[in-house]
Amino acid sequence: MSTETVDKKLVKESEPLFSKKNRKLLSDPLDDNNPITVQVLGICSALAITVQLKPAVVMSLSVLFVMGAGNVIISLIRNLIPQRVRIIVMLTVVASLVILVDQVLKAYLFDVSKQLSVFIGLIITNCIIMGRFEAFAMGNGLWKSFLDGIGNAAGYGVILIMVSVFREFFGTGTLWGIQLIPESWYMSNGGFYSDNGMMLLPPMALISVALIIWVQRANNRKLIEDK
Amino acid sequence: MKFLHDTIKKIEPNFEKGGKFEKLYPLFDGFKTFAFVPEHTAHTGAHLRDGIDLKRTMVTVIIALIPALIFGMWNVGYQHYLALGVADQMTFLDNIIYGSIKVIPMVIVSYAVGLAIEFAFCIYKGHQINEGYLVTGMLIPLIMPVDLPLWMLAVSVIFAVVIGKEVFGGTGMNILNPALTARVFAFFAYPSYMSGEKVWINTAGSESLVDGYSGATALGHLANSGTLPTDTQATYSAFNMFMGVIPGSVGETSTLMILIGAFILILAGIGSWKIMLSGVVGALAMGGIFNLFAQYAISPEQQAFMAVPAWQQLIMGGFAFGIVFMATDPVSAAQTERGKWIYGFLVGFFAIMIRVFNPAYPEGIMLAILLMNVFAPLIDHYVVQGNIKRRMKRAETQLQTANA
Repeated sequence: MSTETVDKKLVKESEPLFSKKNRKLLSDPLDDNNPITVQVLGICSALAITVQLKPAVVMSLSVLFVMGAGNVIISLIRNLIPQRVRIIVMLTVVASLVILVDQVLKAYLFDVSKQLSVFIGLIITNCIIMGRFEAFAMGNGLWKSFLDGIGNAAGYGVILIMVSVFREFFGTGTLWGIQLIPESWYMSNGGFYSDNGMMLLPPMALISVALIIWVQRANNRKLIEDK
Repeated sequence: MKFLHDTIKKIEPNFEKGGKFEKLYPLFDGFKTFAFVPEHTAHTGAHLRDGIDLKRTMVTVIIALIPALIFGMWNVGYQHYLALGVADQMTFLDNIIYGSIKVIPMVIVSYAVGLAIEFAFCIYKGHQINEGYLVTGMLIPLIMPVDLPLWMLAVSVIFAVVIGKEVFGGTGMNILNPALTARVFAFFAYPSYMSGEKVWINTAGSESLVDGYSGATALGHLANSGTLPTDTQATYSAFNMFMGVIPGSVGETSTLMILIGAFILILAGIGSWKIMLSGVVGALAMGGIFNLFAQYAISPEQQAFMAVPAWQQLIMGGFAFGIVFMATDPVSAAQTERGKWIYGFLVGFFAIMIRVFNPAYPEGIMLAILLMNVFAPLIDHYVVQGNIKRRMKRAETQLQTANA
């Protein structure tokens, strides 16, 4: 959907595996450069599968795998890919990985796979993945690309999990399918509580992501824009 | 008054810079300017000012709301006793007392929760207290069903103030009408407490309801069957609907009381008569179109609903309340004069369209106003651009004639 311009970072001579720079590759996407809240990519899936925690976690793990492996593969073959057809090559890589994930989910987690339905397949079009391939893996070595992929997928997953915890808890009173709010609290059982139906509607996912962005921007000095 | 003024003057130093309660200055300032004319003077720009400021504007709206509020209280009591079948034995005062026991807690919760959030934001951000909530806090209980649990009201208020207003920068910056944001939140979050038959009349704990009891609103009946029933305890005659002796949200049933409010608003120059008038015209237009095309409806219920005389659409549901008090909100409505005509017309037009075409949302005015709130800046943009274009053209022709 969206691609970033290639920012070519010069690869320097050998450095320790977890040097400061490399650690930054992992930690940056979690906060300062979060793919969802700062770059506002991958919103579509964040809206669709965050009604419950379980699918959100499975989705995050799938993206983590696709992104980590994909970044490594692209980084390995980056010098063999002709510039003109690189997007198609990337799509092929990501599609093969997604099919792999899809098959594994169908075999071992069938009910979750049903719930996620088309959205696993749609990882292919996840803007974050294509963006990282294009912006990072095409210009960086194997190890760095791997860290970058894991970092960005984790940044994506963290937001997904936060939103889904919020929505599942207030929308159905459960977490991971376990009833947390006592049944006797509900009005149908003579209590005072009622679930918030709006949490289950897609707009609430947007609003929760917006709230996270709000809190993040208020706290993170680097993100405060100049007036 | 003298005593109050002296006290305020005496404690003022505590709140100024360097004082004990410096942090609470916005709170203090809020109360001071609420009681007395503010002493602030303009520092830059035009010094010519109107005597009426935001706070006094808001108070005028509240005065305009009082007839609807008092009638709402009476009606809550009346409908309750009507459902029990003992309305004949109850005096005016009984009804008011029962109603106020139900309605006043709603008002208190709405104000307490809303103002607490406003104060918290003011102290946190260090700006003056926004007066905007004075009106919103009164509007919210008036547009909610009387049976809504108070905590749901509180949650809706929190959502409206935080998401509807504070994220955009507080009073005067909001895109959507905050009161309607509260209602739309409650409507989607707790649908079973915001629509249907059970919520409009308070009958909790009373078993002996009259035969043929129905708590549905006029619009609820029309959406279900296309006709207004004659065998229930409430009679849906045009006169009753105009007077407001029907089930509905607390303050929106009586078109008469709302008209009194509209009169006050227009007289004080606060509500835009253009929006109100064009809204009514828009509703009549859509109602008229429905009347003409009723025979092409997809179901008999819808056909009956479409055939309801256009003028009757005006006195049912929250249309009157919405168009007078919500659509004219000076912040979220269109700002330009020509824009107001377009905006008002479309509010009325869509309100009736949503009402008739979508039985899941029997009250169309809420969604119509929110939709047009979003479109208001767009309308303004094109009105302003059109004006610029027209005047440029005029200047050019003048230039040409001068040159020729």
